[in-house]
Amino acid sequence: MSGEATIQLAHGGGGRAMARLIAEVIRPAFDDPELNRSHDGALIDLAGAVAFTTDSYVIRPLIFPGGDIGALAVNGTVNDLAMCGARPLYMSVGLILEEGLPLALLRRILASMRGAAGAAGVRLVTGDTKVVDRGKGDGIFINTAGIGAVVAPAPIGPQAVRPGDAMILSGDIGRHGVAVMAARENLGLEMAIESDCAPLWAPVLGLIEAGIRVRCLRDLTRGGLASASVEIAETAGVSIVLDESAVPIREDVASACELLGLDPMHVANEGRFIAFVAPEDAERTVELLRTHQVAAEAAVIGRVSAAPAGRVSCRGALGVARAIDMLSGEQLPRIC
Amino acid sequence: MKYRDEYRDAAAARRLADAIARAVTRPWTLMEVCGGQTHAIVRFGIDALLPREVTLMHGPGCPVCVTPVEYVDKAIEIAGRPGVILCSFGDMLRVPGSDGDLFAAKSRGADVRMVYSPLDAVEIARAEPSRQVVFFAVGFETTAPANAMAAYRANQLSLANFSMLVSHVLVPPAMRAVLEGPGNRVQGFLAAGHVCTIMGLADYAPIARRYGVPIVAAGFEPLDILEALYLCVRQLEEGRAEVENPYSRVVTPAGNRAAQALMGEVFRVIPRRWRGLGDIPDSGLALTDAYAGLDAERRFGRVCEGDEAEGECLSGLVLRGERKPTQCPAFGVRCTPERPLGVTMVSSEGACAAYFRYRGATAATEGAA
Repeated sequence: MSGEATIQLAHGGGGRAMARLIAEVIRPAFDDPELNRSHDGALIDLAGAVAFTTDSYVIRPLIFPGGDIGALAVNGTVNDLAMCGARPLYMSVGLILEEGLPLALLRRILASMRGAAGAAGVRLVTGDTKVVDRGKGDGIFINTAGIGAVVAPAPIGPQAVRPGDAMILSGDIGRHGVAVMAARENLGLEMAIESDCAPLWAPVLGLIEAGIRVRCLRDLTRGGLASASVEIAETAGVSIVLDESAVPIREDVASACELLGLDPMHVANEGRFIAFVAPEDAERTVELLRTHQVAAEAAVIGRVSAAPAGRVSCRGALGVARAIDMLSGEQLPRIC
Repeated sequence: MKYRDEYRDAAAARRLADAIARAVTRPWTLMEVCGGQTHAIVRFGIDALLPREVTLMHGPGCPVCVTPVEYVDKAIEIAGRPGVILCSFGDMLRVPGSDGDLFAAKSRGADVRMVYSPLDAVEIARAEPSRQVVFFAVGFETTAPANAMAAYRANQLSLANFSMLVSHVLVPPAMRAVLEGPGNRVQGFLAAGHVCTIMGLADYAPIARRYGVPIVAAGFEPLDILEALYLCVRQLEEGRAEVENPYSRVVTPAGNRAAQALMGEVFRVIPRRWRGLGDIPDSGLALTDAYAGLDAERRFGRVCEGDEAEGECLSGLVLRGERKPTQCPAFGVRCTPERPLGVTMVSSEGACAAYFRYRGATAATEGAA
């Protein structure tokens, strides 16, 4: 592939150029025996209940402090499986490349995907590559789908949440959203905020193996802690009361949010989750989570009650409760 | 967090609220001028800590809310022209014109870009000399200096492809308009701290004297707001109407002279029409003759001001402090952030949006109870 510095339309044309891109760049980057068989699909043995999920990744900039689109595309799907109480096993990777994408950048992103897959113990076993005209894509779009083996003894999901349950947050919020916004908009913040992008299977497995009665897990992505809480309250038909003072947030992230007029409750994360557990298991859950670096700041931040169904409220700094809702669109920085 | 948590201390807030309760002997209606203060009040539930004699009405200090619909329409029209890049603060993109907002224009193919600083728009103009870059310059005295700096810089660079669609407004004339409104209930003001930071306090003594209202410069943190409310109530109880400045860590009597000088060079004071408040004399800014070459209205045609038709929406009364958002029958029912009837439900600094976001759609029924 020497001499070719960028992706060209021919790389998606189904001919020699495409075959070379796959054989020389993509397959070696992932280097999985199943992928290396060069067949139309992966053949895998599965027994028992499986979880199956998919997600597509579009982000600007492609590389940001603390991660890149490759790590995001692997961890995002790994985390969706983890939230189902499933051990991530296999993943597919669909790449949509924009004509003109530097090959070196593609290699870097693929290497990052492999690193993330290795760290999460998941195999990249099948894939697809397409190339779109220059201007028709943001450099690279990635779709991943994942299959995991369910190890949780009881179904994990919003329907299992019941009044009295404790709500635990795995760590500080808002880092991913602020890091990406600062990098994208060149905000020149005099602080180094890195994305929290990380796989979450290890701490989840820890809870399951310890016999914690996990009712529901949800990773906090777009929409942040607020949207995840509201989704669960609405689906489960319960009320959630959060204690804002218990929600960990780094000082620099809080400062950046103040400056931009953003509410950290709505800012995106890529390595944080909330866990709803039986009330008696709350303290142990926090202790277990804190043994993992990725959840070292875990804390009980809220409680579930029966009514008003579908509502989330939050006790603020002055002790007065306010409603928490999803935003109608994306959060926009204020004018002054 | 430094300089934030200290001003959100629950025990100190309680003490200030108690002091207000001890000072008050009869009902008073106060207005916080700035939308940022409104949001802090509703978000932290500061009003819930106050004795029932003290009523807070929310002021017109939401830059997005008071920008006339004709300017939004003009921005959308300009953005739709070939070769134009329209730059705006993010908050402005969702404001409905008579037919959609700038986000909708963007989805139809217009090159609309959200900028964090007006100087970013100047940079875009420099980087893309073949395109016309138009900056939608809205806001109060707080954004005016930065917008003036953008004009100054564009002139310095002799940028022929940069212009500004200016719809700037000034706070003190709006306070006068509120006080002169036929349904006015406001007896004292919390002045907008950031506006005072730029302009100082000189404008307020004549208003306090003429209308007999205390005016207290207020910050945006709970303790700042509570302290200002306490001072305002104390003045009212003692029959005084003076300008006070407890926000002295940020506000000086003279304000930021460098910012004022630049504003004076780039902008001149003109009468302006406010969305919801109507025509207010000497309440706006337009480019001076020296900067008239940067006027987007010269390049792309004048904005034609029409008559407002807000229908069921009561945002005019809300902006004048005559109604609370929850006193509008449409609130939370036929008017939500997803389907707003008026701009006070759209902007992140709008009073209706604050009530909806922090108290929910049921705030209306709770407020009536």
